[in-house]
Amino acid sequence: MGIQDMELLAIGVVVILFMAVLKQFGILEPISSFEDSSDSDLELSTVRHQPEGLDQLQAQTKFTRKELQSLYRGFKNECPSGLVDEETFKSIYSQFFPQGDASTYAHFLFNAFDLDRNGSIRFEDFVIGLSVLLRGSVTEKLNWAFNLYDINKDGYITKEEMLAIMKSIYDMMGRYTYPCVRDEAPSEHVDKFFQKMDRNRDGVVTIEEFIETCQKDENIMNSMQLFENVI
Amino acid sequence: MAAGVAAWLPFARAAAIGWMPVANLPMPVAPTEKNKRQDEVIILNVSGRRFQTWRNTLDRYPDTLLGSSEKEFFYNEETKEYFFDRDPDVFRSVLNFYRTGKLHYPRYECISSYDEELAFFGIVPEIIGDCCYEEYKDRKRENAERLMDDQEDNKDAKLPNMTFRETMWRAFENPHTSTMALVFYYVTGFFIAVSVITNVVETVPCGSAPNQKEVPCGERYTVAFFCMDTACVMIFTVEYLMRLFAAPNRYRFMRSVMSIIDVVAILPYYIGLVMTDNEDVSGAFVTLRVFRVFRIFKFSRHSQGLRILGYTLKSCASELGFLLFSLTMAIIIFATVMFYAEKGSSSSKFTSIPASFWYTIVTMTTLGYGDMVPKTIAGKIFGSICSLSGVLVIALPVPVIVSNFSRIYHQNQRADKRRAQKVQKARLARIRLSKAGSSSAFLHSKRNGLFNEALELTQLPYKMSLSEQSSTKEEQHLGKSSSLLESQHHHLLHCLEKTTNHEFVDEQYYQQSYLEGGLQNYPPRSPSLSSQDGVTGTCCSRRSKKHNTPLRNASAPAHMQPLTHPQTHHHGLQELSTIHIQPLSTSRSSLNMRIDEPAPLNCQSSQITTAIISIPTPPVTTPEGDAHLPTGPSHQNVVKVSAL
Repeated sequence: MGIQDMELLAIGVVVILFMAVLKQFGILEPISSFEDSSDSDLELSTVRHQPEGLDQLQAQTKFTRKELQSLYRGFKNECPSGLVDEETFKSIYSQFFPQGDASTYAHFLFNAFDLDRNGSIRFEDFVIGLSVLLRGSVTEKLNWAFNLYDINKDGYITKEEMLAIMKSIYDMMGRYTYPCVRDEAPSEHVDKFFQKMDRNRDGVVTIEEFIETCQKDENIMNSMQLFENVI
Repeated sequence: MAAGVAAWLPFARAAAIGWMPVANLPMPVAPTEKNKRQDEVIILNVSGRRFQTWRNTLDRYPDTLLGSSEKEFFYNEETKEYFFDRDPDVFRSVLNFYRTGKLHYPRYECISSYDEELAFFGIVPEIIGDCCYEEYKDRKRENAERLMDDQEDNKDAKLPNMTFRETMWRAFENPHTSTMALVFYYVTGFFIAVSVITNVVETVPCGSAPNQKEVPCGERYTVAFFCMDTACVMIFTVEYLMRLFAAPNRYRFMRSVMSIIDVVAILPYYIGLVMTDNEDVSGAFVTLRVFRVFRIFKFSRHSQGLRILGYTLKSCASELGFLLFSLTMAIIIFATVMFYAEKGSSSSKFTSIPASFWYTIVTMTTLGYGDMVPKTIAGKIFGSICSLSGVLVIALPVPVIVSNFSRIYHQNQRADKRRAQKVQKARLARIRLSKAGSSSAFLHSKRNGLFNEALELTQLPYKMSLSEQSSTKEEQHLGKSSSLLESQHHHLLHCLEKTTNHEFVDEQYYQQSYLEGGLQNYPPRSPSLSSQDGVTGTCCSRRSKKHNTPLRNASAPAHMQPLTHPQTHHHGLQELSTIHIQPLSTSRSSLNMRIDEPAPLNCQSSQITTAIISIPTPPVTTPEGDAHLPTGPSHQNVVKVSAL
């Protein structure tokens, strides 16, 4: 009778092995995976966005028709769906700075362009932002820069926010710089910035302090005119 | 910078306004667009078919024919279009490359015509997208093989001035080159056959005298067989020695498979000669005679198919290994099961598990000799499962081996893979180089741009008078060498440098200066740039002792020693290595890189870099000066003049 037990055991083992072999060859699989129906392909792939008409955009911005056309062609070429999400934005911006890591600064830029904070930039946002930067008055440009620095959009630039921005700018330089970027360089730069901007020494920079100081600084005023004829 | 995002450059430049309030230094001057023109549609007439595209689209790749001023040669004034007398179908792919940034290879196109078109338009085939690259490479390899085969057929014409040894080797390798070789080929083939047949017939029982038992022919006609054997072995020995003599690389020949087979085929005879009378080793001697059958492998020199079979088996080692492994696994399992199943039955042949191995093997390979059969019901059930699974296990790896054989029969696989790996590495290196080219291009033109600034900023009188002459030349040269897009991009990077008060440098320079760290302190800057602060240069230092000497020698530019000798030589080597990767062709051959600058690899280039260092006014550039790849010859002239 011991032999019969052995037999049964052997039978059991062989049957299990056999099923394992069959599963290996893919014959038994449909039985086990019958439940998962693959409906993951049912997701709709693209969300498309069409911009507003050319006339409306012309009214909202200071670009001519031809400029808007040329801008849209470039925009659509990179983003056929009409929307730029943050990842695409970061990858595009990083291509201009091959030596460093531009992703953090691109993140801040993205938030500055994405006016309605929905996670994607439409062509309208893009063009409106560009219009301010290239054709706006000095005050508008300074306003835009303040908006960029003010990460949480509360109307005040704190030292932490400025430090984050400064670090992201230094990140864009990359490793191979002369002289080497020391770890204290961003914070020293931030201190200098606050020394210049923070009039009442309250630790934050408000929009008025910012605009006032910038308008008094010749270098900054000159550099604001720099990108006039970009398009 | 990928050409596709060139359209976003205005955006990136506009976003640079974010750096302005933080910057402490004044920003550099923006490049002006000298002939600013609206983007227009240009017409490309290719053999009558008109293609239209924006001018900006073509300007994305300034290294190609359509992106550079070379297309002006094809401009037709009357019809105001560019006329190219080329294939319009292939031109579609070329133009799509400009539009999308990806080059595709159409499958219906002939590989050589496609290559010609690409070469005409100055596009490097290596940038074919991954989707089409495999196909392109395969077709190219087939084409190359075909060409090689054609060449080999022509090569068989007798080359003059071959030594006797070379002639002999060629005769051995290609029997149809001369009649003597052919004769030799057939004679050896005949003797191999004779030898093999002799070995076989030796063991056949010949007719015998009625009173004696049957003896094999070998023992009956000992002398005859011995003579036959001797003759064959002598022929084989002579052949082997002749091959050994003729082989170009004797050591390699001796290690080759065929030569080992030759040796193994003739050795038993000689060993047998040596120890005929020793009784103890006669058993071993008999075993050695088995090796005589290896003579049959000598036929593989005469048969291409046999060689391929051997090669296939070698290359299918993994499939064969899998077959063996799975078989072994199955044999052990089933043998165990059968043993235990049949243990109960009386007079069972399944005495032990190893004894059951024989049954399992015979059943799984569906031989079924019938010398061992299960008697119990359980045994019969498992026996049938065993034979069914045997069919499965054996049938599966066999088609793989078969397909391997057929594939190898049609092409020589292994050598091509090795060649392809080299090409693949080169391709990736080139693509990587072009991506790195954008940053090095910036460092290039930074030096050019700053050089221009230096000429403007300087106030030394003699430089003034000379700079007026040279700066116009300089400007012309600069205007020619960098496109507007590039100059704008470089201006952007320059703004970033000014914002953070640090500069982009070459990786190599960075590493070298980092390694040298702590040599000397940063020398004081000139007053015109004293507004820069916060630069102490602690972690990396300049080799300023090298910089001080050029200032002394500023009066002798023509004979300036290359003071930064090790580094520039290193750079020279670096350039050599980078250019080595690229084929030595025209400036078109790189994607976006400016090859006209690093092209002149002469010793004078090292002098150029030190000459730049000698300009005292912008010390900012001086550490960069020797970090960059040298400039073109026209720069050389300018440098010499102004460094007086």
